[in-house]
Amino acid sequence: MTKTPQALALTLYEKIWNAHVVEQRGDGTAIVFIDRHLVHEVTSPQAFEGLRLAGRKVRRPDLTLAVPDHNLPTTARRDAAGKRIPIADPESAAQLAALEANAPAFGIRYIDAADAMQGIVHVVGPEQGFSLPGTTIVCGDSHTACHGGLGALAFGIGTSEVEHVLASQTLQLKRSKSMEVRVEGEIGPGVTAKDIVLHITGMLGAAGGTGYVIEYTGSAIRALSVEGRLTVSNMAIEHGARAGLIAPDDVTFEYLKGRPMAPKDAAWDAAVAYWRTLATDTGAVYDKVVVIAAADIAPSVTWGTSPEDVLPITGCVPDPMSFTDPAKQVAAQKSLDYMGLHAGMRMVDVEVQNIFIGSCTNSRIEDLRAAAAVLKGRRKAANVKWAIVVPGSGLVKRQAEAEGLDKIFTEAGMEWREPGCSACLGMNPDKVPAGERCASTSNRNFVGRQGPGARTHLLSPAMAAAAAVMGRLADVREMTQ
Amino acid sequence: MKAVGQIAGKAIPFGRKNIDTDIIIPAKWLKTITRTGLGQGAFESLRGDADNLFDDPRYKGAPILIAGDNFGCGSSREHAAWALADLGIEAVIAPSYSDIFAGNAFKNGLLAVELPQEAIDRLMVVAAEASGDGAPISIDLESQSVTTIFQDRFHFEIDPFRKLCLLQGLDEIGLTLDSEAAIAAHEAKMEEEQPWLVPNLS
Ligand code: SF4
Repeated sequence: MTKTPQALALTLYEKIWNAHVVEQRGDGTAIVFIDRHLVHEVTSPQAFEGLRLAGRKVRRPDLTLAVPDHNLPTTARRDAAGKRIPIADPESAAQLAALEANAPAFGIRYIDAADAMQGIVHVVGPEQGFSLPGTTIVCGDSHTACHGGLGALAFGIGTSEVEHVLASQTLQLKRSKSMEVRVEGEIGPGVTAKDIVLHITGMLGAAGGTGYVIEYTGSAIRALSVEGRLTVSNMAIEHGARAGLIAPDDVTFEYLKGRPMAPKDAAWDAAVAYWRTLATDTGAVYDKVVVIAAADIAPSVTWGTSPEDVLPITGCVPDPMSFTDPAKQVAAQKSLDYMGLHAGMRMVDVEVQNIFIGSCTNSRIEDLRAAAAVLKGRRKAANVKWAIVVPGSGLVKRQAEAEGLDKIFTEAGMEWREPGCSACLGMNPDKVPAGERCASTSNRNFVGRQGPGARTHLLSPAMAAAAAVMGRLADVREMTQ
Repeated sequence: MKAVGQIAGKAIPFGRKNIDTDIIIPAKWLKTITRTGLGQGAFESLRGDADNLFDDPRYKGAPILIAGDNFGCGSSREHAAWALADLGIEAVIAPSYSDIFAGNAFKNGLLAVELPQEAIDRLMVVAAEASGDGAPISIDLESQSVTTIFQDRFHFEIDPFRKLCLLQGLDEIGLTLDSEAAIAAHEAKMEEEQPWLVPNLS
């Protein structure tokens, strides 16, 4: 929709976009300034190599932060004597060594694998106060949208773009369309931020947000903690959106205040004053609006191999022929074959052998508390062979241990690991065996995502805990009442 | 990026349709830390075959690859363009490309020429028959033409912006850096109005 020149009412997205356009080009592309660049070991080596070949420097090392997460094993990083334990896989070790060498060579702040600050890029950024409202944030990882939970315009980029940002601190971009997804009302018991975003993904479809930046609004979103908002925005990419946004408010400011890398004192006040101007103006127009009643959202799980394959836990595996789109019928049948499920089966009858609580979607302290609340005084079922809890960062780990959550997990028969991406993607040693099922708090249930042949069911931390206890997908509401 | 103007030489008459990026470079090569050296893994699954075209002495050093429809479909891995470049390929000629591959090729200075199937058929014959003749096929980006030593001449279309970048050897980064003044002005404004934007990284 085009706006009349008089209508100065702007959306949050337009305000952030406008504040970062360095140069507008005739063909619709703009050079956009990037305020924050997060760098990890997998998508950066060739970018640094490119800089070297072209004889270029990193333009703004002071806006760049490097931390390893994807390849890193989640087992102990130091031995009893405090010595670093080397990584067994030579290729992972080489990628890690490359980042460890490239960061100082280009003057970039590097958080070491054995540092308490280390963690998943998207957990570390907000936690350190590196990610701020109103900023543009990029990283060579598609779930960078996560930082949108703080009101930052954040999105994933490819390796050439990583190099582009390192060299110029900008990107050449075209403006996206804007969509409002408004979730109104109160969510029911047992329903979490993860269920909200799974529900949205099911409704919009995996490509429903393609071409859009989505702003999540409404009373149910406002009521979420920052952790919950990060979870929602994290999965914007799973419904195809370029980025997700949640307007910063007092909850956001409270969360960020005093974080190590955030502004302090008078600078803090100036920052907050600016952030308060960012909210979408009354009368601003989105290109598309979707309204969801919070009361309609149930604790949710996925049944297929696309994140759009979402059902309430009380539901049954759908019949592929029930879809109207013939392409979806074929895809659904393929999904069921891969997942080893058949139409009509109740979701609560699906047995699981593996539990993964972690990933940038759900590995913050609130997530671990939610899982621990269900697991307290209980044990994982005998048929659950492998159950791991992987905190999102060393600081989350420390906090959880201070609260005694680690004891609850280990007493429940689960492993308590070092921070990293872990079983979110089958790139490090944490993999789900072929043909086995995993109740996972991560964000993608693609074929082979958690390892070749692995079968993934996405759900919330509380639901993953319930599945661990029951040895099958289970309705957490039955366990907490 | 080095400028791309004329590419003349032998061409590999590959011609296959729907070559996906998994065929161009299998996933197991993605854990690498360099853009170079990927030529070794390029078309790995096809090169297991002793008389494959890529290791055929007749096409040794060929800078041109002739392929079929929808070249470079599948995953978005930029490694596909890197692998071709490392193999010594400077241009691909095919009827069509996946969007992402075309973008990745462009970003890496690999010329992706689009010609209709009839032209491809003819070029396949020329590439095979004249493989002993030094440079049977020439591509001239300036005039947007592909010519052969047999006087064939095919005109191709290319996005004018991409053409300019390739001709002048302007990679996207180089182009952006041409706007140095605008970037610096933005930085100065940021420092003035929002000095708190620079994080405390110590
Ligand atoms: S946890 Fe998963 S989605 Fe998040 S950064 Fe790591 S690999 Fe990407």
